[in-house]
Amino acid sequence: MSSAQGWRDLTVGGIIPTPGTARSYETGDWRNVRPLHSKEKCINCLICWLYCPDAAIVVKDGKVLGIDYAHCKGCGICARECPDKVHAIEMVNEAEWEEMKDNKE
Amino acid sequence: MPVRDLKARTGNEAMAEAMRQINPDVVAAYPITPATEIVQIFSGFCADGLVDTEFVAVESEHSAMSACIGASAAGARVMTGTSSQGLSLMAEMLYIAAGLRCPLVLAEVNRALSAPINIHCDHSDTMSVRDAGWIQIFSENAQEAYDNLIQAVRIAEHPDVLLPVMVTTDGFIISHGLEAVQLLPDAEVKSFVGRYQPKYSLLDTDHPITVGSLDFTDYYFEHRRQVAEAMDKARSVILELGEEFARRFGRSYGFFEGYRLDDAVIAIVVLGSTAGTARVAVDALRNQGIKAGLLKLRVFRPFPARELAAALSNLQAIAVMDRSDTLAGTGGPLFHEVRSALYDLGSRPRVVNQIYGLGGRDITVEDIQEVYMSLHRLAAEKESLPPVQYLGVRE
Ligand code: SF4
Ligand code: SF4
Repeated sequence: MSSAQGWRDLTVGGIIPTPGTARSYETGDWRNVRPLHSKEKCINCLICWLYCPDAAIVVKDGKVLGIDYAHCKGCGICARECPDKVHAIEMVNEAEWEEMKDNKE
Repeated sequence: MPVRDLKARTGNEAMAEAMRQINPDVVAAYPITPATEIVQIFSGFCADGLVDTEFVAVESEHSAMSACIGASAAGARVMTGTSSQGLSLMAEMLYIAAGLRCPLVLAEVNRALSAPINIHCDHSDTMSVRDAGWIQIFSENAQEAYDNLIQAVRIAEHPDVLLPVMVTTDGFIISHGLEAVQLLPDAEVKSFVGRYQPKYSLLDTDHPITVGSLDFTDYYFEHRRQVAEAMDKARSVILELGEEFARRFGRSYGFFEGYRLDDAVIAIVVLGSTAGTARVAVDALRNQGIKAGLLKLRVFRPFPARELAAALSNLQAIAVMDRSDTLAGTGGPLFHEVRSALYDLGSRPRVVNQIYGLGGRDITVEDIQEVYMSLHRLAAEKESLPPVQYLGVRE
């Protein structure tokens, strides 16, 4: 905080005059459940991409590449909206995920 | 001034006329007595194609102020009007308008607040939002309401200020009283107010901005400090524009106006229409050899504490007239501020408070003369006075 700008240098009224600053604000550390995406199961219908409120589904050339965990808040909407028959996204508790990771290592 | 330049106008008509000449981009409003006419007349101007304004009829004053804020953030010049409960319902959005630095202009007609329900003049509504970050200008009559509204646009939009301004009149006394008003030619008002050049606009899609983002422990304090600074900067802007207005149109405006104050021994401090009544009382007392004076405050926010203290420093006794009460048991808001302003003086006048005229209770020349006589006895050490009195209430 001490290194941030003083009141004389800030834009008036807290207006943010440059777009896209949300990218530098990492909301991913709010998450306590983590979506795990399966490339094998995924049919690339992009419903998850449409519904994700944080634009955290990473898509290239019409294909889901994975999740942007720096911004995914873990709301679970993607897992819910993924077609039942496909079920390509699973929500895993972050603590469990840590254990899963450790076991793998 | 040649008589032919004068037109008969009520305060509300004069304010609506000023709005027509200012020709704002957006007006969003909801009707409330006694301010209804201002936007009602103005909506007629819109319907008749006399202005270019987008008129937004909303479902409440909260929505009115919200729409005004949105339009202002989009870069529009925005005006509205309200009174009493309407101003109270706007209160949440009034703070937001100031915090987001929207230079809106609001025509406010002072009226009592419920309960009990009452539609007549006192200053409780305007005083209840005195810390909302709005510049507050009081008018003595329809002429001042007209002149103040025109100046308010420039004050609000000045790059050093960028704060909303409310210009007030007194309910019914000014709003519905028919007076002779000198209206300026349309072209003169147009050239005085000029074009609003917003620094940012939500509609400028080539330069996208965010308005109203979250401001936590790390930035909120700095942004509030900016509002305090803007309010301070407004002082010189108000004075400069008052002088410019005088140069162009012949009527001068400052923070306040003194009447027979220079050699006065006792004085009263008032806001709004009561000043007219008090002048008559001052003249009557002067005829009896009593050195009475008057200070009519025009600008309540920012509060011109230093200038007031200088103007009042040589008096022996002062009564501050409050048309509202803080209900703190310590007097009205004007009394608090005037007395605080005098504290730093080496030798201070005696200062007492008279709370009067709540809910439109009439105040007469005789009432005010009696206040002066009590000050006269106080100054001569013949009488002591309680710090706060209620003038004209039945015991
Ligand atoms: S959990 Fe929510 S935020 Fe994260 S990717 Fe899925 S929809 Fe987006
Ligand atoms: S909704 Fe499911 S199947 Fe469709 S793209 Fe997203 S993860 Fe793949």
